[in-house]
Amino acid sequence: MQSINVVNIDPNEALQTTDGSMTEARRQLEVCNACRYCESFCSVFPAVNRERTFSEATITQLANLCHNCRGCYYACQYTAPHEFGINIPKVLAEVRQNSWQDNAMPAFMAGAFHRSGAALAVAVVIGFALLLWLINQLPQSMNANLGEGFYSQLSHNAMIAIFIPAFLLPVLAIAISVRRYWRSVGGTQLQLSHIKAALASVAKMRNLAGGSGEGCNFEDEDRFSNARRWYHQATMIGFLLCFAATSAGTLMHYLFDMQAPYPLFSLPKMLGVSGGVLLSIGTLGLGVLKLQADRDLADRRVWGGEMGFIILLFLVSTSGLALYVLAASPWLPELLAFHLGSVLAFFVLMPFSKMVHGFYRLAALLREQQLQ
Amino acid sequence: MIQQAKTYDLVVIGGGNAALCAAITAAEHGSTVLILEGAPKPYRGGNSRHTRNFRCMHQEPLAVLTDRYTEEEYFEDLLKVTKGKTDEKLARVAIRGTEESYAWMEAHGVRFQPSLSGTLSLSRTNAFFMGGGKALVNAYYRTAFKLGVEVMYEAQVTHLERCGNRIEAVEFTHQERSHRLTPKAIIVASGGFQADLDWLASAWGPAAKNFLIRGTPYNKGAVLRDLLDQGAESVGDPTQCHAVAIDGRAPKFDGGIVTRLDCVPFSVVVNNAAQRFYDEGEDVWPKRYAIWGRLVAAQPEQVGYVIIDAKSLELFMPSVFPPIKADSIEELAEKLTLPPEALQNTIEEFNAACRPGQFHPTELDGLATDGISPAKTNWARPIDTPPYYGYSLRTGVTFTYLGLKVDETAQVQSAEGPIENLWAAGETMAGSILGQGYLAGFGMTIGTVFGRIAGKEAANYAKH
Repeated sequence: MQSINVVNIDPNEALQTTDGSMTEARRQLEVCNACRYCESFCSVFPAVNRERTFSEATITQLANLCHNCRGCYYACQYTAPHEFGINIPKVLAEVRQNSWQDNAMPAFMAGAFHRSGAALAVAVVIGFALLLWLINQLPQSMNANLGEGFYSQLSHNAMIAIFIPAFLLPVLAIAISVRRYWRSVGGTQLQLSHIKAALASVAKMRNLAGGSGEGCNFEDEDRFSNARRWYHQATMIGFLLCFAATSAGTLMHYLFDMQAPYPLFSLPKMLGVSGGVLLSIGTLGLGVLKLQADRDLADRRVWGGEMGFIILLFLVSTSGLALYVLAASPWLPELLAFHLGSVLAFFVLMPFSKMVHGFYRLAALLREQQLQ
Repeated sequence: MIQQAKTYDLVVIGGGNAALCAAITAAEHGSTVLILEGAPKPYRGGNSRHTRNFRCMHQEPLAVLTDRYTEEEYFEDLLKVTKGKTDEKLARVAIRGTEESYAWMEAHGVRFQPSLSGTLSLSRTNAFFMGGGKALVNAYYRTAFKLGVEVMYEAQVTHLERCGNRIEAVEFTHQERSHRLTPKAIIVASGGFQADLDWLASAWGPAAKNFLIRGTPYNKGAVLRDLLDQGAESVGDPTQCHAVAIDGRAPKFDGGIVTRLDCVPFSVVVNNAAQRFYDEGEDVWPKRYAIWGRLVAAQPEQVGYVIIDAKSLELFMPSVFPPIKADSIEELAEKLTLPPEALQNTIEEFNAACRPGQFHPTELDGLATDGISPAKTNWARPIDTPPYYGYSLRTGVTFTYLGLKVDETAQVQSAEGPIENLWAAGETMAGSILGQGYLAGFGMTIGTVFGRIAGKEAANYAKH
């Protein structure tokens, strides 16, 4: 009679190499597939139940489909101390993290910044110093080009010269990574219906709804709560509004020759201020919830990096709002340098931070639509 | 012994579905309630942790339940599985109670989901809990705490002190100390005795030591025995239990749902001498899985071996452990520690008895063997396509039927009449209704309906 080796039931003994997590995820998913009690919580379990065996591509796709709502963990009769030691949120978080880091370009950067909040902080400090130096240096040489408002500190052209490459290159790196992911999970030609369904899922954060609409089991064990869902959407919508504000400003500048500073009742200001407020509230909420949540139901390696990323987004939004409120302050150069420096750090590190989760999740939701 | 200074109207013994339904109901009727749960917190909830649905009558489509399921049909289904060994009055109380319980359960935090994939046959009769039984238990604990119910985990009740027709005190151990409480009323909802292997062996004989217990290791029947010893009336046959054939590699306790094997109808099943012993294709699996526990229990060393070939591997729900795989019957026999020559002969004999015909995995196809005994009367296809796969089978006990006799108000009975402040709910009294056999989701029906009845009765008693 063959005996069954039960792998990794000690939560402290992390088998977090790509192979180790993959093997452990496969073992656990086979238990799930024999149980099926969690079928209605989210998109992961119906996808599990379609399979008979679990390839690496399937497990990677399932891992990116998982939104870490944790409903399945608290509902599971096989969590430790049971010898089956099921912890799907944790093992899928590890596989997911490995897939982001393995597909990242260049990969070594991903290893550092995903894990370390300190590394993110250093990046912000460097961004701040760089911008402060530019603000102090450039006016002398480019005096003629200076404009009003913030442009009196740093010219529009200088900002564009820094931020266009600092935005486009990371976006390109993410595009390449997600394309690698898409190919590895067997993605095919997209149809409009797939895109519509996947975006609808994002808009409602359906996978954090817990199946019944009462949310996830995140900050207080098995209590269902929509707090994380709402804070996430505030963060996401706030971010998109800020992005729209910047885009609107750029269009107004180049197409209509309307230059900043803009009045409050203008598109960039309305989008930017409301986005900034939402982003600040959302990230603050997510940070607080993250402090309350059990760290053993996620990838422990990256807690610091994830928290650092939330704080970075919070600093970007609150410093942006502070600039609006304190535009006449004598500290304007420092404040502007801090804001632009943190925005710079955020952009440059997008491919190597929690920011990639949005792109991978969307890809996973699209793939799930194709597989359904 | 520490006499607890704090007094409670009601002590509920047990921490599963029936106990929680009772505690919540009593608290809503104004009682102060203490739950004594024998298990530590991660294992709270008894066998309810492993459940997935409850059988519910309804006149028209009801949320996740399709079509209708009337009281009469429900009762007939119960008569079929128990072969008439039921108490009709109590059975009808349970059945009628389900329809209204559905809304009650939702109002107290339980969420339902549509019938799980692979269980479509139950979508009309059984409402599935979102996340399964542990999620239900979690929701009820939250609700109970909100109502002020107190819970002690790892509190093992050792004795109920009976004086005449009353229970005067509850004695229990907690954190290595003995305690004594004198509540006005007590509800026993601490399950059967299946985790006490010695007790099982005294009913079943030494064979019981080889049984696997599918649920909680904490249901040792201590309170049941204590009450029976003090003259509480019993119902049910001590040798009767809900037992199914499960994967022989399952853990001794608490393996739950994932250890079931649904491949018997497509297989040849042999004992440890590689001999067949029963018609594997007698009926569809949902109607037969419960008898295989007993069939395996009757074999030497209480073990069976299921043999299938590559044709059948994907015809049944996956189970938790991968099958043993081999390229020849001989090799498979060696891996399963069966006598290779005997297995070879059994399979050859079986294959020769198979007849051509249309194979339908999901319905009785009448594809039967000819000329062997026992015959296989449906789905009989030769085992001839490598690789071959094998699983070992053991008897998995879900719960025992011997229990406390109760009346329609869930009050515990004795030879001298009812015990005036003692009620029982759940598996510990299920033998009143389930004399033998089992109906999927009926354990949760009994626990929910009689838990609520017991809670209400005990709370009303405590008021006066």
